[in-house]
Amino acid sequence: MTTYPATGTWRRYFSWNTDHKVIGIQYIVTSFVFFILAGMLAMLMRAELRAPGSDLLNAETYNQVMTNHGSLMIFLWILPVVAGFGNYLIPLMIGARDMAFPRLNALSYWLIPPAGLIMLASFFVGGAEAGWTAYVPLSIGGPPGQTLWAVSVMILGISAIMGAINFVTTVITMRAPGMTFGRLPLFVWGMMATSLLVLSATPVLTAGLVLVALDRVVGTQFFTVASGGDPILWQNLFWFYSHPAVYIMILPAMGIVSEIFPVFARKPIFGYRMIALSSMAIAVLGLTVWAHHMFASGMDPRLRVPYMVSSMVIAVPTGIKIFSWLATIWYGKLRLTTPMLFALGFISMFLIGGLTGIFLAAIPVDLHVTDTYFVVAHLHFVLFGGSVSAVYAGLYYWFPKITGRMYDEKTGRVHFVANFVGTNLAYLPMFAAGLMGMPRRVADYDPSFTSYNQMATLGGLILALSTLPFLYNAIVSWARGPKAAANPWSALTLEWQTSSPPPTENFAEIPVVTTDPYAYGEESSLTAEPAAAPAAG
Amino acid sequence: MSQQAMTHAEDYSAGLALGVDHRKIGMWLFIASEVMFFGGLIATYLHYKYTLGFPEASRLNIVAVGVNTTILLTSSLAVVMALSSIRAGRSGRMSVFLLLTILLGATFLTGQALEFSHLYGEGVTLTGSVFGSSFFTLTGFHGLHVLAGVVWAIVVLVRGLRRAFSAERNMGVEVFGLYWHFVDIVWIMLFTLIYLIP
Repeated sequence: MTTYPATGTWRRYFSWNTDHKVIGIQYIVTSFVFFILAGMLAMLMRAELRAPGSDLLNAETYNQVMTNHGSLMIFLWILPVVAGFGNYLIPLMIGARDMAFPRLNALSYWLIPPAGLIMLASFFVGGAEAGWTAYVPLSIGGPPGQTLWAVSVMILGISAIMGAINFVTTVITMRAPGMTFGRLPLFVWGMMATSLLVLSATPVLTAGLVLVALDRVVGTQFFTVASGGDPILWQNLFWFYSHPAVYIMILPAMGIVSEIFPVFARKPIFGYRMIALSSMAIAVLGLTVWAHHMFASGMDPRLRVPYMVSSMVIAVPTGIKIFSWLATIWYGKLRLTTPMLFALGFISMFLIGGLTGIFLAAIPVDLHVTDTYFVVAHLHFVLFGGSVSAVYAGLYYWFPKITGRMYDEKTGRVHFVANFVGTNLAYLPMFAAGLMGMPRRVADYDPSFTSYNQMATLGGLILALSTLPFLYNAIVSWARGPKAAANPWSALTLEWQTSSPPPTENFAEIPVVTTDPYAYGEESSLTAEPAAAPAAG
Repeated sequence: MSQQAMTHAEDYSAGLALGVDHRKIGMWLFIASEVMFFGGLIATYLHYKYTLGFPEASRLNIVAVGVNTTILLTSSLAVVMALSSIRAGRSGRMSVFLLLTILLGATFLTGQALEFSHLYGEGVTLTGSVFGSSFFTLTGFHGLHVLAGVVWAIVVLVRGLRRAFSAERNMGVEVFGLYWHFVDIVWIMLFTLIYLIP
């Protein structure tokens, strides 16, 4: 098969490489670069909004910065970083040597850097300024950068679809002996649910983007109102993908914390089956709720009610997960390491995001707060307090596995505290400002909102600074941190039963799985006996 | 137990843990995503069909396109025959049927090109109306999929002539067949929705 460059050389990270571990790191590091860029754009916005009046950015530039901040964060940070975790971990967790389609895997990574550059290039030709939602006719009439934006998102969608095909095929066909579906780690279940959502929702966005791009480039009439074009159609196509996209971004995050809680509580996960099933339930229900983003669009009022009901029903599987995690740590012997702190932060902040999501699903509340900062606060609690916290938790948790070295615990805790304080200080005031009617996506605001915005700007600054201890920790520890053992957390999932970092092809012998992955606190786990023994000859 | 584990391990290394080849599962998943892609375009067409009425649709030539539809459906039969030929070890017969598939696919595309140019002659264009935009985009994307299928069929044919397939090793033909049938079924949907339903 494919030859691998010698392990240990950093050059392989810049080359076409089919090793899933190399690809996973490529995904994670690349997306982190886009995360920092998108964060800088956020800081530009917060700087503009620190006081009323338009002093730093003019309205047009503000819209471009806002559009690219959202698009980079979603399409080039959270989605690919989650795919990076999936790439690195799924084969290790199911006891496989690689993904089912290694070359397709490399291709889906290598589509991302060019797509990111195309999106950033839009700044130089008249940037996209229609928001990440690209509502028509705004996105049809906008400057040329909007076309680049559409092309970039299309390419990223294709990359995500190829990745999803790979994940699902890998999990179905490449599980080690004994790794039944009932023993799959919950992160793998989360990635399965996410991948099925990517396969069903992303192509619809691609179709919608094709229509927008054709309208812009060729001159078709899809969204020309004078010819009978219907802007609401775009909203339907867009949200049919983009609401499930929220679950695409949160289900793997839920999977990550489901791995972390039992390890650091030294207890079996509570409700394994229900957590796995609720991921699938969220994936299925998530496809039926998209029009709750359109309550204020002039849609048929009779149609609003079913969308309200289905949106609220999603709280049930989500609640099952939250209560299962709480039951997992209940009376556990908690070790408050950095990954555990971030996982606990995830629960508390995701809960705020999730509960305000129910407010927004209620039609009367939604009509009041549509397009206000209440929505901004809600989505940032879900995606930053939720997904990003879980990503950080995962980065610390698997850092010793991925790099073979331990991170510095003290610096990690500083990062957590700054991140937690910054997140809440940045986004909580936005709820209040939104309820009082401050519109989002505007560079200026009424002076009565000044104090809320100053708090948010200060929180944003703390968040931005909080990345510094993380970067310092990651770089210095990767270079010369203390060597990590194969299984520093005494965890039972398969990725810990091989060396840190794992060798090419992961396992000397394919393991045979005999127990479930979360049997903590039972007799066998006192000695942290691995859940796997070498395959019987 | 150990015996069982070994069998499973062998299945694993052959990528057959559920008894299904990974290439086949991959293709089914790809087709699922394609269904949703066409679903988006079809939803667009139908939305405008019912809000705008599409009076230009009366210019469509149902008989000529019906003949073209038959040609495309026949090509699916040719693919089935190609697969059953190689499964019987008859490589030469497979090549004949693959060639037939290519010719039928190319004929369909020619028919579609004639239909498009006829419609352009009547003033129905891609940019002229919402009907033109919806119709040409939807059928055009299907045509692109047929074109990709023809190219893929040529690749399979060349590999077949180089003896890449045998009675035991023919997944490359089967996976191509899955794609080709899918493109056919999409056309049955489109023909019904665009041409047959008033």
